[in-house]
This record gives sequence, C-alpha cells and structure tokens, in this order.
Amino acid sequence: MRRARRLTIALIAVLGVASAACGGGDTESAGTVTVFAAASLTDAFTEIGDAFTVEHPDTTVVFNFSGSSALVTQIVEGAPADVFASADPSNMTKLTDADANATEPVVFTTNLAAIVVAPGNPTGITGVADLATDDLIVVQCAPEVPCGRYAAQVFENAGVSVSPKSLEENVKAVVTKVTLGEADAGIVYVTDVIAAGADAEAVEIPAAVNVVAEYPIAVTAGAPNPDAAGAFVDFVLSDRGQTILTSYGFVEP
Amino acid sequence: MTRARPRGRRVGLPVPVLVLACVAIVFFALPLVGLLWRTPWADAWTYLADDDVLTALRLSLVCSLWATALSLVFGVPLAWLLARVEFAGRGIVRALCTLSMVLPPVVGGVALFAALGRRGLVGEYLDRWFGITLPFTTAGVVVAQTFVAMPFLVITVESALRQLDTRFDDASRTLGATRWYTFRRVTLPAIRPALVAGAVLSWARALGEFGATITFAGNFPGTTQTMPLAVYLSLETNTDEAIVLALVLITISFAVLIGLRDHWFGRPDRLQGTATA
Repeated sequence: MRRARRLTIALIAVLGVASAACGGGDTESAGTVTVFAAASLTDAFTEIGDAFTVEHPDTTVVFNFSGSSALVTQIVEGAPADVFASADPSNMTKLTDADANATEPVVFTTNLAAIVVAPGNPTGITGVADLATDDLIVVQCAPEVPCGRYAAQVFENAGVSVSPKSLEENVKAVVTKVTLGEADAGIVYVTDVIAAGADAEAVEIPAAVNVVAEYPIAVTAGAPNPDAAGAFVDFVLSDRGQTILTSYGFVEP
Repeated sequence: MTRARPRGRRVGLPVPVLVLACVAIVFFALPLVGLLWRTPWADAWTYLADDDVLTALRLSLVCSLWATALSLVFGVPLAWLLARVEFAGRGIVRALCTLSMVLPPVVGGVALFAALGRRGLVGEYLDRWFGITLPFTTAGVVVAQTFVAMPFLVITVESALRQLDTRFDDASRTLGATRWYTFRRVTLPAIRPALVAGAVLSWARALGEFGATITFAGNFPGTTQTMPLAVYLSLETNTDEAIVLALVLITISFAVLIGLRDHWFGRPDRLQGTATA
C-alpha cells in the first residue's frame, strides 16, 4: 500500500512538472508582434521597432535576430513568429515551399558587399584583385550562408582567385576576425562595416563586379497576430522605415 | 524495508527514485530517438560518402585525441598540485583552471585570440620570434579543444587524489622510493579509474567542441573544419545531411563510452556489493 501511495505521489509530481513545462507557450498578448529578422538587420530593425511603437503605442515589438536559415528552421518547426525578414531570397523560398507565409514576400531593402579591413587600411588594399595573394589572411563566409555565396560571386565577377584561410559561419564572425586583427580582410556587407564603427573600415567594391543582396519580408502563415504583423511590414516599407534603413547603410530597392 | 526480488537483485530502490530515474532516462533517450526517427535512411550513404565528411571526421578524431593527450600530460600534474600541495591562493588557481568549463565557448575563443592570436599577448612574439601562428591552423583546433576539455580531467583526477589515502604514498617513501617513483608506481595506479574517466570526459568534450574552435581556429575543410562545424554548416542548407553527420558523431561517441565503461570500470554488478552497504 505504502509503495502504491508513493508511486502515486511521484507520478503526480512528474505530471505536474510536465504540464507546467507545456503550458508556458501561449501567453501572447493581443498587442505583441514577434519579428524574426536576419542578424544583419539587428541595429536597423531595433530602431524601426522603437519608431513603430511610437506610432502604435498599444503594440509591443519583440525581435528574434539570427541567421536567416536558422530562423526559417525555427518558423517551420512552429516558432510563434508574426513576421519574417530574410537576408536573401533563397531562405524566403524555403518558407514559401513549406507553405509557411501568409503574404507574398516583398523585397524591402538591399545591401551591397564590401571589403572590410582594419582602421586606416594598413595593408593598402584597393580592390578585390589585391586579395588574391597568400601574404594576406583573407576570411569570408562559408558557401552555405548567403554572404559566402555573394563573396564567391564577387570573386567570380572580378575574375580573381582568392584562397581564404577560413569560411566563417556568419558575416559578423568575418567582421570580428578583422576587428580583432587576426585577419587582414574579409568580404562582408556595407552595413556590417558601418555597424563596426571605428573598429573597421570599408574598401568599396565597384558596382560592375559587386552583387546586390535582396532582403524579402513576409507575414508568416502561423502568425499569432496577423493584423499587427501587416502593420509592421507596412511600416518597414513606408518612407519612415526606409529612411531608418538607409541611415544604416542599406539601399532602397 | 529492502525486499528480496525474484531475480536475486540485492538493491531495493524506493519507487519515487525509480520513477524519477526513468523520467531522466526518457529525457535523454527521447531526443536521440527523435533524431533516429528524422534520419533519412535512404540517402544516408550518399551524404556519408562525401569526401568532406570523411575529412572532417578524421580531423575530429585526430584533434580530440591530441587534446586528450595534452590534457593528461598537463592536467594530471595540475590535479596533483591542487590536491596535495598547500599554497596561498590555491582556491583562486583552481577556479582559474576550471573557468573555461563555464565560459561561453565563443568567449573562450576570443580569449584565446587575446592570448595566442596574431595580436595576442604571447601570440605576437610566437609569430615574430618562432614564426608560429595558431589561428586558422589544425594546431589551433587542438589548443581550443584542450582549453575547454582539460578541466573535466583536472576535476575528476583531483577529487580522486583527495580521496586517496596518503599513507600508501608515505609507506612507499619510507621503503626508499623516490617521489617520482612513488607518483608513477603508487599514486597513478591507485587512481586509474579516475584517470580513465577524466580522459574520457575530456575526450568527449573535445570531440563535441564547437564555439571555441570556430572562433579561434576558424572553419576550413581539411585544416580546421571538425565534425561539429560541418554539422552546423550543413544545417544551414540541408537538414537531412546535418542529421546524418550528427548521427555519425553520436554513434562513435556512444561506442567509445560503452566500450570503455565495461573495459575499465569493471562490470556494474561487481560493484554492487559496496553500493548496498
């Protein structure tokens, strides 16, 4: 008898813990819009979020910034996102293929590639062609992530063959390697160099060999708050939203 | 209260303990079962036959074994120092040497840059005087893995040394053995299970190391791309491939952990006599 009672108590305890763990998910208030956005949008979207809440005082904006492909995985696996802003069309396509978007994706901004170097450009890099030497430590993104595909495209457009020392997992890691002085140069987005402030400098890549990275945005199919999500997307596309994006180095499409 | 059970089990476990233990087992087993369930078995071989995968696997095994060897060579003396020698600031030294366990690995990687990078405290002189650069090299992978893995060995061995009766050492010394001989022939054999356990723990940690490696050593196939890095990057484009790669890593670790357990720690049933006391 005693054993049976103990078993019951233990089971109740276990079930209690389990149900508490499951019950925490759906406490979303009606006024919250959850935005999943590419890591490169961190600074610009944070300011856009502040400006949005000034216009819509009843709405709270919550951000989840990460690599676009990680975000797609999270959304397809059921993360409660209202809006998805991707750093490239291919990750948005993954969302569309999974029938996980409610609105047609719209390109809301673009970004250009640039060479990131240490402040003062100590190695005197003037263009992409200068990177094709083993005397420099060049890093770029891995081919699996968008910035890696863009870097490969830039090298191909310029007709140079570069041997990078490392293929980084995301664009911020490339910037970090250069700002820490471990790498001499890297291929990143213009906005990343601006975000690095005084720690890094950009060497422009001429338009003839450069690539244009397109950023699409869409409301997700499972959006808990589709109305606020639509309002947020409209705000990003508005003049006010575009001005903020431009101030961080993005280019209007 | 202990009851004899039909199959001669000598340990009567309280039911709540048993239930909680089962919950713990399910907690660990379920994600693995989920992974197996998601595995695209039909395509598995295509992903595995990829040269890059084999390269990453080989690199992972070589680097993690090096890291384990370095952890043993430097970690055992460190554990001995911490366990046996009284000195001022011992607590601080111990905390310092195990800090990398709690440090976010990416921060560990940045810290390694600050010390051993091209612009690092020591790294600058390594480069200038000896032409040695660690970032973006296979040696850098070993350094990053050793940095995060060695504390597991130090803690395990130190606690074993503390529990060891020092009278064995004293007896050896009174019989005329040198300190070095005593350390090798009396102390080390006595803590063999802890040595093996510590080595296995640090090997497992080194094998799974991700953050410090990708930060300090970067990611390049053949030189610094270990399996965890390959898994992470394939997750960016192809979830199926990532799962297959992860499964390879899990299978190897699992086989080693099971094999070593039976071989080195003795069978669990032989230890039961002491456990029931």
